[in-house]
Amino acid sequence: MEFGLNESQEILRDSARQFFAGECPMSEVRRLMETDTAFEQTLWTKLAEQGYTGITFPEAVGGAGLGCVELILLMEEAGRALLPGPFFSTVALAGSIFQSIGAAAQRKEYLAAIARGEARGTVAFLEREASWNPTDLRIVAKNDKLTGEKLFATDAAVADWILVAAQNGVFVVRKEAPGLRVTPMLGMDLTRKLYKVQFENTPADQLGELSAISKGLDIATVALCAEAVGGMQRVLDLSVEYAKTRKQFGKPIGMFQAVQHQCADMYLETESTRSAVYYAAWALQHESPDAAAAVSIAKLYTSDASRTVGNRAIQIHGGMGFTWENDIHLYYRRAKSSETMFGDATFHRERLATLVIDAAVTSAQHA
Amino acid sequence: MDLNLTSEELAFREEFRAWLESNVPKDWSTWREKPLEDAFSYLRAWQRKLYESGWAAVSWPREYGGRSATLMQQAIFWEEMSRVEAPPMANALGLGLIGPTIIAYGTPQQKARFIPKILSAEEIWCQGFSEPNAGSDLAALQTEARLNNGKYIVNGQKVWTSYGWVGDWCELVVRTDSAAAKHKGLTVLLVDMKSAGVEVRPLRQMTGESEFNEIFFRDVHVPVENVLGSVNDGWNVAVSTLMHERGAYGARLILTFKRNIHRMIELARNTQRNGRPAAHDPVLRQKLAQCYAEVEIMRLNQLRAFSRITATGAPGPEGSIQKLFWSELNQRLQQLTQELLGPFGQLAAGDENAVDRGVWSYGYLRSRGNTIEAGTSEVQRNIIGHFVLGLPRSY
Repeated sequence: MEFGLNESQEILRDSARQFFAGECPMSEVRRLMETDTAFEQTLWTKLAEQGYTGITFPEAVGGAGLGCVELILLMEEAGRALLPGPFFSTVALAGSIFQSIGAAAQRKEYLAAIARGEARGTVAFLEREASWNPTDLRIVAKNDKLTGEKLFATDAAVADWILVAAQNGVFVVRKEAPGLRVTPMLGMDLTRKLYKVQFENTPADQLGELSAISKGLDIATVALCAEAVGGMQRVLDLSVEYAKTRKQFGKPIGMFQAVQHQCADMYLETESTRSAVYYAAWALQHESPDAAAAVSIAKLYTSDASRTVGNRAIQIHGGMGFTWENDIHLYYRRAKSSETMFGDATFHRERLATLVIDAAVTSAQHA
Repeated sequence: MDLNLTSEELAFREEFRAWLESNVPKDWSTWREKPLEDAFSYLRAWQRKLYESGWAAVSWPREYGGRSATLMQQAIFWEEMSRVEAPPMANALGLGLIGPTIIAYGTPQQKARFIPKILSAEEIWCQGFSEPNAGSDLAALQTEARLNNGKYIVNGQKVWTSYGWVGDWCELVVRTDSAAAKHKGLTVLLVDMKSAGVEVRPLRQMTGESEFNEIFFRDVHVPVENVLGSVNDGWNVAVSTLMHERGAYGARLILTFKRNIHRMIELARNTQRNGRPAAHDPVLRQKLAQCYAEVEIMRLNQLRAFSRITATGAPGPEGSIQKLFWSELNQRLQQLTQELLGPFGQLAAGDENAVDRGVWSYGYLRSRGNTIEAGTSEVQRNIIGHFVLGLPRSY
């Protein structure tokens, strides 16, 4: 048994870290977040040239053919750099769903274009009730046409395809489809824009059954957690660095235990999140029987820990941590946005309870 | 990353599982609730049996009677021990902490003299580290050893000594140079507990029992050949023991935690709260799921630490994360069980209505010690802050 990374995984991680440091420094993050969509083709083309936009797609469609573990290593580095724009929405979210659903010809068209860097996608799931439970969805496609509204769809303004979760299936809506209206929502995360998506007799192609969406959503959930791990690591590094250099009462503030112990807790929370996320990725990749529980464990822990790490970081930075100029709040904003995406800690604790408490009842009754 | 067991690991598991099947005593359950004093010869006999088949110290190098087991094989060993609810071994500190320290720092003569009897449980070991005025600040210890005619004369007092009442030998940290800086003047002595001037007294703790002892040393003579490591290098020797304490122990605890969380789920299903099973209460479900997740993360942190230790060769300061994590988690688990059980949670062993023979009442009180023993949570955070994150020392 080996829970470390192998050599090719280390190479992937290190080259991704180098790539993002060079192509997406914080000055670039801040420039892009001030734009309407946080997207620019120049950076996107470079991501595609690295093979990142097709990292988990089959080689037959121009992908790199790598697994979920490699995807999360890449997402962790993207998260550390606070990569703005539709990379997560397109590759980890829409890409994972395209891979696990739909006819082969449909899959090939979407995945090949995404891998080449020519198209982007996203998923519209939540409605006004804001439930991540598929059974709560209201929208229904009639005669392959959608009418209704979705909220909180990430990066929808730059998506060529919007995957829509409806009561009677998963549908694809093309960006030029009649009756489609995409309106910005003013979310907290400035680097990943949110949209209201409205349909009025909008043509939609069915990809598959609604139940088939869960595998792709699980992969996206773990990828989002991995992105958060990268963010937590960056926030921890910034805080430790600040605690070493900032002096008050003639000493570095990191010498005071009230500050040092906050750093120690941030380290524990970051490492524990990483353990949970790496394991969930491995369990999904190997279709382990506890994969669903592992995903919920990763998401519930990440949701709380990424917020807590941010809280501590702002406190350690004192007045500086409260300024616009300091980068911590940019990570803090994303942490809050990701906290609720795919279900917050409360949602996933209940999902885990269903899996491990109620299932235990059932098995005991059968025994 | 490959979380499946390798064929070597599977073979190791099969071999030990088969051995346990024909050798594990079947009557441990009738002994386990008796005081440790009464069960001790039983535990010695059990360790002797493991020793005779080469299973007493799987982590030790083969040349010293171990199996040079990898960390994963060690984890498998404890998992199998737990699976069949095998009794613990009598010489827990000798095998887990002190033996490895003697292997690392001992002279050939010391190894030949002490190691075989640690393995066979012929000689039980205890650890003389903490003192009334040296707890977290261990290096401030005052028990002194003066060289006199080729012998050390030891005077002082130790506290919180596990197995002191049954110990044949003690790994004792003493001050040998009072003029040196506090970390520099310490030496580790291997002390015969039957020496004249050694007095052991029980220390009654808040649970009512006496797991620990106080030990008094009055003009105790210790031969110079019983210095472990170099004179005045005792701090490094002691830290090596503490690293083993924080690293290895956590691995074994995971099984206890897994068993406890599954029992808690069972209790939640079978305990009525406000007219329905506690397992149906939305708040308790949230708390149970959180604890379940944290027990799993404790296991995963341990597995990741194994891979790191395998790469670097020795348990490092990362062991502090495990210690911090499990000790605080156990307090949450115990508190949640109290919430599940309501007023029945407080009932102690002997009460006809006590749940699980009072283990939760005892466990709740005992768990307060977890964040104090083997390095307080505050000390663990100092270690992480300074040695892992590189922050300046705070003390």
